[in-house]
Amino acid sequence: MIHTSFLSHDRFKFLWVALALGLISALFYLFHDPKEPPNGGTWLGYSLGTVGAILILWLTYLGRRKRNFLNGSGTVKGWVSAHVYLGAALLIVGTLHTGFQFGWNIHTVAYALMCVVILSGFYGIYAYTALPSTRNDLKGSQTLDEIFVQVEDRDAQILKLVEGVNSQVSSAITSALDRTVIGGGYREQLFGIDRSLAMINGRLVGNPAQGAILEYLIETLSKEKGQTRERLGQLMNALAERKKLLDIIRDDIKAQARTSAWLLVHVPVTFGLLASLIAHVISVFVYW
Amino acid sequence: MSDEQFEIIIIGAGPGGLSAASRAAESGVSHVLLESSPKIANTIQKYQKGKHVMATPDILPLRSPIDFQAGKREIILETWEQGISSYNTNVHYGAEAKKIEGSKGNFSVECSNGTVYLGKHIILGIGMQGNPRQLGVPGDQAELVQYQLDDPDEYSNESIVIVGAGDAAIENAVALSDNNKVYIVNRKDEFARAKEGNLNLILAAIESETIECFYGTTPNKVEETPDGERAGLFFLNTSSGEAQVPVDRIIARLGAIAPRGLVESFGIEFPNDDPNAIPALSNQYESNVEGIYVIGALGGYPLIKQAMNQGYEVVEYIQGNQVKPADHELIAAKFEVLPGDIEVDDVLSLMQARIPVFEHVNALQFREIILDSNVHVFKKGDLIFKKNDYTNSFYTIFQGDVEIEAAKDLRILSKQGSFFGEMSLLSGRRRSATVFAGDNCVVIETPRRTMNKLISSVDAVKRVLDQTFIVRTIQQKFAPENSIEELMPVAENTVINQFRPGEVIFAEGDEGDTLHFIRSGSVTISSAQQGKDVIMSYVPANQAVGEMALLGDTARSATATATVKTETLSINRESFDMLMDTAKGLRDRMEKIAEERNRQNVAKQSRAADSSELVSFLMGQGLGEATDVLLIDEEKCVACDFCEQACAATHDGTSRLNRKAGPTHAHIHIPTSCRHCEDPSCMKDCPPDAIQRGGVGGEVFIGDNCIGCGNCEQNCPYGVIQMAYKSEAPDSYWRWMLFGLGDKPGKADKSKSANPDAIKQAVKCDMCKDIDGGPACVRACPTGAALRLSPEEFAGW
Ligand SMILES: Cc1cc2nc3c(=O)[nH]c(=O)nc-3n(C[C@H](O)[C@H](O)[C@H](O)COP(=O)(O)OP(=O)(O)OC[C@H]3O[C@@H](n4cnc5c(N)ncnc54)[C@H](O)[C@@H]3O)c2cc1C
Ligand code: HEM
Ligand code: SF4
Ligand code: SF4
Ligand code: SF4
Repeated sequence: MIHTSFLSHDRFKFLWVALALGLISALFYLFHDPKEPPNGGTWLGYSLGTVGAILILWLTYLGRRKRNFLNGSGTVKGWVSAHVYLGAALLIVGTLHTGFQFGWNIHTVAYALMCVVILSGFYGIYAYTALPSTRNDLKGSQTLDEIFVQVEDRDAQILKLVEGVNSQVSSAITSALDRTVIGGGYREQLFGIDRSLAMINGRLVGNPAQGAILEYLIETLSKEKGQTRERLGQLMNALAERKKLLDIIRDDIKAQARTSAWLLVHVPVTFGLLASLIAHVISVFVYW
Repeated sequence: MSDEQFEIIIIGAGPGGLSAASRAAESGVSHVLLESSPKIANTIQKYQKGKHVMATPDILPLRSPIDFQAGKREIILETWEQGISSYNTNVHYGAEAKKIEGSKGNFSVECSNGTVYLGKHIILGIGMQGNPRQLGVPGDQAELVQYQLDDPDEYSNESIVIVGAGDAAIENAVALSDNNKVYIVNRKDEFARAKEGNLNLILAAIESETIECFYGTTPNKVEETPDGERAGLFFLNTSSGEAQVPVDRIIARLGAIAPRGLVESFGIEFPNDDPNAIPALSNQYESNVEGIYVIGALGGYPLIKQAMNQGYEVVEYIQGNQVKPADHELIAAKFEVLPGDIEVDDVLSLMQARIPVFEHVNALQFREIILDSNVHVFKKGDLIFKKNDYTNSFYTIFQGDVEIEAAKDLRILSKQGSFFGEMSLLSGRRRSATVFAGDNCVVIETPRRTMNKLISSVDAVKRVLDQTFIVRTIQQKFAPENSIEELMPVAENTVINQFRPGEVIFAEGDEGDTLHFIRSGSVTISSAQQGKDVIMSYVPANQAVGEMALLGDTARSATATATVKTETLSINRESFDMLMDTAKGLRDRMEKIAEERNRQNVAKQSRAADSSELVSFLMGQGLGEATDVLLIDEEKCVACDFCEQACAATHDGTSRLNRKAGPTHAHIHIPTSCRHCEDPSCMKDCPPDAIQRGGVGGEVFIGDNCIGCGNCEQNCPYGVIQMAYKSEAPDSYWRWMLFGLGDKPGKADKSKSANPDAIKQAVKCDMCKDIDGGPACVRACPTGAALRLSPEEFAGW
C-alpha cells in the first residue's frame, strides 16, 4: 500500500513515542518514593502536571493547525497521528499526576473533563476508521447524489403508475411520497429516526421505513383481482425499491453524522477543560 | 448588382474588419464592409453579458483609428459603433459573402442574399467561429427560428423547440425548461455527443417529463401562423410518422460550419488537412490568391488587438505604404540582447538563412514565431535545461554551439543551425537530457504551442522534426556511443505509428517482430490468466515495449494496449538485429530490462490482491494520459471536506477540486480535479497562451494573463476547469475564530464579486506549485484518504 492511514502513519512512529512517554511516567511513579502519599505537589507531581498541561495545550492546537492550509508544517494526517497517540498517553500522564487523589473539587473536575475529551477521542478513532467503510459498503460505486436521483426516478415511475388505480389508494401513495422525510435534526440523523408520514384511509399515520404504506398496499392488493392487482403489484415493487434506496440514504446519513458528531463533545469539552485547567493551576498556586 | 467598384471589399466586421474599414474610411479609400450578422463583431456580441474583455498582450501598441482598451464588452462594442460612424464607414449588414470570383483589380463578391459587390482588393477577416449550421428546411429563415440563445431568462410561458443533441442544445433546453414548455429534437436515438453531466441532466428532464424529446426525428418545415395562438407550426418527421408542434420559437443548435471550406472555395490554399492549419500568407498578409488578404483569427492571430493592428496595416499595404508592423518594437526588444547593431529585418532573415528548420516558413509566420519566442545569449557552461525538467519549449541555435549530455561523461556537440528540445516538444514528456551552452552560444527558445501551430501548418517542419526525433531517440535510448551517421540505416527503417485509445498494439500470441518505443501516450501490458485479462504493468512514454519477443525469438507473451492516443516508433526485427550489432552493450542492457520486467510480472502474479480491475477502471477514466492525479480512498474519507477547504483557502477562494463529483470503483474515488495530462487538451486553444507547464513538477497551470474566454473549460475532457472570480481578501483564521469576522477559512462564496471590474478567469488545480510542502488538499486530509499519484504507481497498488 502506497498510502497509510493516520493510525499507521510513518510506521506508527507516534505510537512508539506515546508508549515510551507512558512507560517512563509509570516507571518514575513506581520508583518514586515521596514522604507524603503521591499527589500533584511532589516534584514528580509537578513534572507530570507540566507535561500534561503542555500536552493539553498542544492537543488543542490541532484545531488551529487543521485550518492553517497555507503554511502549516507537515501534514494534518501526521498531526492527527501524533494527536491520538500522545492524547492517549495523556491519560496515563494525567492520571499519575493526580496520584489518585480525587475529591469534589476543581482539580477533579479538570481531570474528569480531560477524561471525557480523551474518551470521546477514542470514539473518534472508531468513527474515523470504521464508519467510512460502512458508508462505502452501503453505497457501492454510487454517490449519494446518484442515489437521490434514483429515488426521484422511482417517484416519477410511481406517480405514473398511480394514475391507473382508484383515488383512495392513489392518494395514500402520493401522500407517502410527499411526506417522506430524509435527514432532519441532529437526533434524527444520529439515530436514523424516520419521521415519514402517510395519509392512509383519511388518517395521518407514521410511516417509518415506508412500512405503513407497504403494509397497506399488501393488504389492499390481496383483495383485488386481474389488472388492478397487477398494477398494485407493480406499485408495490416500485415502492419496495424506493424503500431500499431510502434506507441506504438514511443509513449513510446516520454513518456520516456519527463520523463527525463526536467532535461536538470533543471540542466544546476541550474548551471546558482549558477553563478548568486554568482554574486548577491558579488555585494550586494561590492556596499553596 | 450595383456597378460601383470599390477599392477594397472587407469581409467580416470583427475587430480586424472594423479596423481595416475605418482606416480605409479615414484615408478616403472607397470601401465596403460586409457583415453576415445584423450587428458588428458577432464573435464579441456572443461573449457573455458584461464580460470584461482584455487587451492582451499589454505591451503591444494599438494601431487603429478606432479605440480598444480593456473593459466591458458593452462599452467596447459601443466605442466601436461610435468609431465606425464617426468615420462614415460603409458597412452592409446581413451580407454573408459566399462566392468570390475574378482576380486582383477585378473581384466580385456574391452574398447569400443575392447582392454582388465589385472590388479591386479583398480583405478577409471572418474569424474562426464559423457560421451556425442552418435547419436546412423550408421556412428556416423565419423570424421564429434562431441559432443562438443569449439569455434564457428572457423567455417565459413559450412553447420552444430546440433542435440538436450536443451540449449547447442540451444546456439551452434545460435552462429554458424552468419557465417554458420545451421540446428537443434529436436526429438520433441517443445523446451520444454530450458531456456526461449534460447527458444526465437531459435524461433526467426527459424522464420527469419537464422536457419532451423527439428521438430519431428530423425537421420537415417551418410554417408561420400569424393568426394562430402560437407564432408558428413546426413539422417534424418522427420515426412513427409526421408530427406538428405549435411553437413560439425554434432554436437550432446544430454546431457551426468551420470557415475553412468557404475560404478554400475562394481559392485560398491551406498547407494540409490538419484542422489547425492556417493559410500561408506573405508578410503583407496576402494569400496565395493575389489581391486577397487574410487578417485576424483566420490568419492565425487569435487576439483582438492583433486583429485590429493587422486591419490597419493591410489597408496601408494595399495603398502601397510600407509601414513597419506594430510589433516591430517588440521584436527589436527581443533582439536587444544580441551583440552588434543590426536591423531587425536583417536579423530575421539571417535567422531564417542560418536555421534550416525555419527555412520553409514564410516571413510573416517566422515573425510571429519570433514574437512568441525568446532569444538567449549564454556563457559557455551555462545550463539551458536539465534532464527530467518538465519544460517543453523548442530551441534552435542561432550562433555558436551547445553540448548535450546524452549520457554520463558523454557530451554531444550541436552546432549553429541545428535544434534541440524536440523530444519533449513532441512527446510532452520530461527532458531526456541535460543541455549546456557551448562557445558563443545564442539560442532561440520557442514555446510549445507556437511550434505545434507551425508543425500543423508546415509539413516540411514536421518531417524534419520527426526524422531527427527518430534518430536521436535511437541514439539516446539504445546506442549512446554511436554516431548519428552510424544509426541512420536503422532510423530510415523506423516508422511512426498512431494508436487510438484502447487499440491493441500487439496481442499475446502474435509473432514478435517489432519493438515499439512509446513516443507519446502510454500503454498497459496485460496477459490472460484463467480466462481473465490481467494488467501487469503500465508503461509511460519514453520507454520501449515488445523487446522480450525480439530478444527471445518467441511469440508475444503479453498484450500491449494504448490507454490514450498513443504514438510509437516501431523498429522491425531486421533493424533491431542491426542495432544490436552496432551498439555496444545493448544486448546486455536489453536483457537486464527484460529480466526486471519478468521479475515485476512474477511479483505481480503471485500477489493475492489483483489490482487489474482497478487499473482498468482508472485507465477507462482517461488516467493513462495523466501525470499526477488526486484519488480519494473512500474507506478512509470522513467527508470532512478539508481537502476542498484547503484548496480554496490556498487558491483565491475557489476549490479546484470537487470531492463529491467523479466516478468511484471499489473504494477508490476520482474527484474532479486536474490530472496534469501529458499532452493537455486544455492548452490547445488558449488565445493568450496562458496555460503553461511547470518546470520541475510538471504541473499544468493557468497564468494571470487568462482572458476568461472559456476555451479551456470546453476543451478539457475531464471538466476540471471552472470560471471564477478571485477573492479580494485572504481568509483569516484568528479573525474568524476569535471574532467571528470574515469567511470561515476555505468557505467563502466566490461565485459573485464585489468588484465590478473583476473578470471570471479560468481556474484549476496547479498542484500547489507555489506552496511549500506541496498539495494542500493532501496535506489537509486528517485521515490519509486523499493522495496524489502518478499512473506508474497504479499497477503496484
Ligand atoms: C469567449 C471568448 C472570449 C474572448 N476574450 C478575448 C479577450 O478578452 N481579449 C482578446 O483580445 N481576445 C479575446 N477573444 C478572442 C477574440 O474574440 C478574437 O481573437 C477576435 O474576435 C478575432 O477577430 P477577427 O476580426 O479575426 O474575427 P471575428 O471577431 O470572429 O469576426 C468575424 C466576423 O465576420 C463575420 N462573418 C463570418 N463569416 C462571414 C461571411 N461569410 N460573410 C460576412 N461576414 C462574415 C462574423 O459574423 C463576425 O462578425 C475571445 C474569444 C472568445 C471566443
Ligand atoms: C485532552 C486531550 C485532548 C484534547 C485537548 C483534544 C483536542 C482536540 C481538538 C481541539 C481537536 C480539533 C477539532 C477540530 O477543530 O475539528 C481534536 C480533534 C481530534 N481529536 Fe482530540 N483532543 C484530545 C485527546 C484526543 C484523544 C486521546 C484522541 C484519540 C484517542 C483524540 C482524537 C481526535 C481526533 C481523531 C480528532 C479529529 C481530527 C480531525 O478531524 O482533524 N483526541 N482534538
Ligand atoms: S485541465 Fe484538463 S486537459 Fe488540462 S491538464 Fe488538467 S485534466 Fe488535462
Ligand atoms: S494540489 Fe493544490 S491546487 Fe491542486 S487540488 Fe490540491 S490543493 Fe488544489
Ligand atoms: S480531507 Fe480527506 S477525509 Fe476529508 S473529505 Fe477530503 S479526502 Fe475525505
